[in-house]
Amino acid sequence: MERILLDQQKIQIILHRLCCQLIERYGGLERIVLIGLQPRGTFLLDRIIKLLKSKHHIDQVHNGKLDVTFFRDDFRRTEKPIKANQNLMSVVIENRHVILIDDVFFTGRSVRAALTAIESYGRPSTIELMVLVHRRFSRHLPIKPDYIGVQMDALVGDKVKVSWLENDGKDEVYLQKRT
Amino acid sequence: MKTLSVSNLIGIKYLQKNDISLIFELATHFKEVINRPIKKVPSLRDVTIANLFFENSTRTKLSFEIAEKRLSADIINFSSSNSSLKKGESLLDTVQNILAMKVDMIVVRHPNPGVAFFLSKKIKAIIINAGDGTHEHPTQGLLDCYSLLQKFGTLKEKRIAIVGDIAHSRVALSNIYALKKLGAEICLCSPVSLMPKNIQKLGVLQSTDLLETLKWSDAVNMLRVQRERMHQSSFPCLRDYALQYGLTKSLIEKIDKPMVILHPGPINRGIEITSEVADSNQAMILDQVENGVAIRMAVIYLLASKLKISTNESPTA
Repeated sequence: MERILLDQQKIQIILHRLCCQLIERYGGLERIVLIGLQPRGTFLLDRIIKLLKSKHHIDQVHNGKLDVTFFRDDFRRTEKPIKANQNLMSVVIENRHVILIDDVFFTGRSVRAALTAIESYGRPSTIELMVLVHRRFSRHLPIKPDYIGVQMDALVGDKVKVSWLENDGKDEVYLQKRT
Repeated sequence: MKTLSVSNLIGIKYLQKNDISLIFELATHFKEVINRPIKKVPSLRDVTIANLFFENSTRTKLSFEIAEKRLSADIINFSSSNSSLKKGESLLDTVQNILAMKVDMIVVRHPNPGVAFFLSKKIKAIIINAGDGTHEHPTQGLLDCYSLLQKFGTLKEKRIAIVGDIAHSRVALSNIYALKKLGAEICLCSPVSLMPKNIQKLGVLQSTDLLETLKWSDAVNMLRVQRERMHQSSFPCLRDYALQYGLTKSLIEKIDKPMVILHPGPINRGIEITSEVADSNQAMILDQVENGVAIRMAVIYLLASKLKISTNESPTA
């Protein structure tokens, strides 16, 4: 069973707000690096970059796409297939403010893996986390997002999915109830 | 399901095409990893691997060792020259003793064909064959094909020549199996005395004329003359062999088309290949070495994923 939580219009408003929060905190964004987590966080990254360009005239934002497959802590502990994604990290992160970007924050384990993976590329000044959906009361680790699109509560077995226009045909956040 | 169909890597013969594709896909990711400023991932931090080399090796041993280290595995190295094998211990006893030290995976090289297969039947650890006599050298076969794929995009209907000491080469057999599975056409070129009997049953062409073979092919894999495995001379003298089967600049100029050149190493410069050719832009020899690390990381990672961690609580003292 599926229930729509956010439609295209609401997502658009949230994305605008996230951009404004970044600008409020960092001004021209010259010292920040936006890193989308593969695979789904990269769609949010691309949207943020697009909006910064079209609405705020910030043409140049340092960015990268990080795959954390080999840094995950569930290797050999899960039956799920291994599927690594492309890593596009030609950006310099040393002494810059890194903002990790993912679509849904759930247990925090992917972000933990990303915090280890990012060390392979240098030592950023700070690392923050931006997510479109923050699933509350589900953390496994002492990690929480700094920029939140929307907070919501869902049962542990339920799934919160984000579909993107460019990949899935429409912008939508929906809840898949456990069957 | 993104996992290998086999639990050990004994030879390419036992792999399916999907297995090879999966290894290549993962190797591409690992190639990116080994080009990062910090070239290490923590995936195998709780896995112990023993490298058992009962035969001399430089490239393969170092390549496996660095691949294991890049994956954060614990490693123990064994070489037969300074071991209890000299005191008469059997192969199986040696390996069982090493396994008693709680080793998860074994990389084995041995001068006798079939050793990796034998061990896989006798012991409970993942076995990776790093070359067993004149039988197979699967990771070399994989990295050669991966290097060619990077050059050509696809190997379907590509014409690949394997030239040199086919009879004593484990690289040749692994290359034949891998290239056939990927759809390439193969021509073996060597003196009759260095061509194995019945090799045509594998669906390969045979030739004794190097120039004609080169004209036919898109890429050539030059094999080393393995004098250490020859119990009697297979050709009059090395100079004679070099004149007929050595890859030279003048020969390449004669074929008048781009040619990709592979060599599994170690190179006997001036015998199967001249320095000019080995150091030319057409040679992919150093790319093969780099790809070798990525391929071995992929193989080790995929096989290690089959070592499931028990989540049962162990009894405490």
